[in-house]
Amino acid sequence: MRELSEKKLSRGGWLGFLLAALLGVSPNPVQPSPMVKIPSGTFTPLFKGTRSDGAAITVKGFSLDQYPVTVSEYREFIRIHPQWGVSRRGSIFADAGYLSGWSDNLQPGAPERSPVTNVSWFAAKAYCAAQGRRLPTAAEWEFAALASETQPDGRSEEGYAARILAWYSKPTMSGATVGSHRNYYGVYDLHGLIWEWVSDFNTEVMTGESRSDGDIESDMFCGAGALQASEKSRSDYAAFMRYAFRGSLQGSYTVKNLGFRCAQSQ
Amino acid sequence: MKHKKSNLYRAGLILSLLLSAQVYGLTEKELPSDVKGSEVAVLTDAPLVPPPITRKHSTKVVVKLEVRELEARLADGVDYTFWTFGGKVPGKFIRVREGDVVEFHLANHQDSKMPHNIDLHAVTGPGGGAASSFTAPGHSSQFSFQVLNPGLYVYHCATAPVGMHIANGMYGLILVEPKEGLPPVDREYYVMQSEFYTKGKYGEEGLQGFDLDKAVAEQPTYVVFNGAVGALAGEQAIKAKVGERVRLYVGNGGPNLVSSFHVIGEIFDNVYLEGGTKAAQQNVQTTLVPAGGSTIVDFKVEAPGTLVVVDHSIFRAFNKGALGMIKIDGPENKVVYSGKEVDESYLGEVSSDSSKKIAGLKSELKEAMAADPKVQKISLDIAMERGKRVYNANCSMCHQGEGQGLAGVFPPLAKTDYLKDSKQAIAIVLNGLAGKISVNGQSYDGVMPPQAHLNDEQVADVVTYIMNSWGNKGAAATAAQVKSARDMGH
Repeated sequence: MRELSEKKLSRGGWLGFLLAALLGVSPNPVQPSPMVKIPSGTFTPLFKGTRSDGAAITVKGFSLDQYPVTVSEYREFIRIHPQWGVSRRGSIFADAGYLSGWSDNLQPGAPERSPVTNVSWFAAKAYCAAQGRRLPTAAEWEFAALASETQPDGRSEEGYAARILAWYSKPTMSGATVGSHRNYYGVYDLHGLIWEWVSDFNTEVMTGESRSDGDIESDMFCGAGALQASEKSRSDYAAFMRYAFRGSLQGSYTVKNLGFRCAQSQ
Repeated sequence: MKHKKSNLYRAGLILSLLLSAQVYGLTEKELPSDVKGSEVAVLTDAPLVPPPITRKHSTKVVVKLEVRELEARLADGVDYTFWTFGGKVPGKFIRVREGDVVEFHLANHQDSKMPHNIDLHAVTGPGGGAASSFTAPGHSSQFSFQVLNPGLYVYHCATAPVGMHIANGMYGLILVEPKEGLPPVDREYYVMQSEFYTKGKYGEEGLQGFDLDKAVAEQPTYVVFNGAVGALAGEQAIKAKVGERVRLYVGNGGPNLVSSFHVIGEIFDNVYLEGGTKAAQQNVQTTLVPAGGSTIVDFKVEAPGTLVVVDHSIFRAFNKGALGMIKIDGPENKVVYSGKEVDESYLGEVSSDSSKKIAGLKSELKEAMAADPKVQKISLDIAMERGKRVYNANCSMCHQGEGQGLAGVFPPLAKTDYLKDSKQAIAIVLNGLAGKISVNGQSYDGVMPPQAHLNDEQVADVVTYIMNSWGNKGAAATAAQVKSARDMGH
């Protein structure tokens, strides 16, 4: 049911930019970052949460930032909203690791085009709100992230999930910049660069005791034990890791390889 | 229901945010009255074990463990990204006493990609601490538990997907000494078996990734003691002296295989089956160690030499790495073990004096023939013919058909001033040669790969061929020389 023709940049973003250019004024000093339209679709997430039917869920069409938010974009945000500067470190909105590596005068200590990391959920939420956007939901993020380079659902594609899994197995990189892994929709870096915040990172509660989490969602864990070695199971392993990762977080947490991107309803 | 749940959840989230740096350690008052004082646990990397506990009362023991994800050696030339408790596989050995209250701090290094936690089998309580210790990268958790049951327990990471966290190295041992202590021994060591599932086959060089298919099929590429091939061998062998009593704390991290734990050349005097506290069995050759389980064995070493630690599911020992060594120093004890006393032909149980005599004469004939110059010449000719075959199949592509080499690229073997003797030639064939050398005044800077796939006889033949062809004049090489060179080099 996906409308494959809608692989375009968000019209709103371009219109605003065009308008601003025509009038010779700049309503927003920051050029809005490009977005990509993700058409509506249905999928069965790994983690079915509290839904009893166990069936596929529908994700309404939405727009998603083409790239993760970069350090230069984030610095611009702080320039306009100085309350989100390094002074926020160690507050209830951002733990002591917030913007770790940034100097007091906002030198990020990382390449301009590298993804901003060490930001809390509160900070990410505030950033997106300032752009008139919001964080994607876990369902939206997972739906967009099903895509491989060549098709909307890459889970059965030989080697694709294995590459994601390989990335998850390696310790954190540093200094990498956005824009290397483009998927079917034209969204970059959903895999292979950083973890990303979602608005409801913690609704599918994983206690960390993954075996008794089976009480909450028995499919996920009993099913895991029965998985056959296949592309599908690798893809599910990768999804396990994302759910486990999200489950370890709290809203104030910052992590060296956790960044974000924003979304917008259509 | 759904709304109620999510409101409750929100309330919980807000509460936990307000308390986001909460510390809930037990206060002095909350501790049981017989728990006195506190101390920081001594933690050791395998094969070492913290010293026995001498205090006679319970105390609060603070354990600080850091999770690191890092690349390290799995075998020679083979690296792997290990997930570790404390920077090494297996994780740190923890030693406490029955009744102690353990205040556990689990830190997850900021460079970690994954959240991690710890399930200690010594914990009485849901999940063995896993839920309470679930920790995001760059964060740390704290929880406390009282060790109620003595014994030797495995701990491991229980974060989803559990199998992968264990397969990457997240396990170790915690010993809870019984109140009365364990019988004293002279030496204690920490040995932990586990498997690794790599993309490449055994010995394939480079950084190897985790292979999920092999893990699900339970077909490991490597089965090792203490986290790497050879981690318990050669220089890193564990040591003891004749007459000493040795105790091994043996764990099995799995993730899949059950170990047939055996020490070649020893009999376990006492086995504390499955890591329990009774020496329930005595005089045992091989004992099972389940995945996620342990055993304690002790034995007195009576004779010098090298004892070999194996998983007696024996292909794991000789083809997958499950091999370790215990080197015993001290005077020989000829009564306990004589060494080889007799080496003679064996002609079956009915051998008469007459057949012994015939055997003696045959062996004399063999020696006489070997000493005959004519026979020696024939033997050499055979070796030369065989050596030529090996040469043509393995060497002539570079060194050329007549050993003339290619000037500046591949050094000549004919009339070379570089080759001094067959010993040197054997070493080059076995180990390869790289870097700058000068041959007959011409310099070369290339790489010759080791030809260790040739068997001892083939190496001896090809060296004999090279040392006696194209105007070269050298002695014949023997398979025995090759074998000893191989043993020394590895």
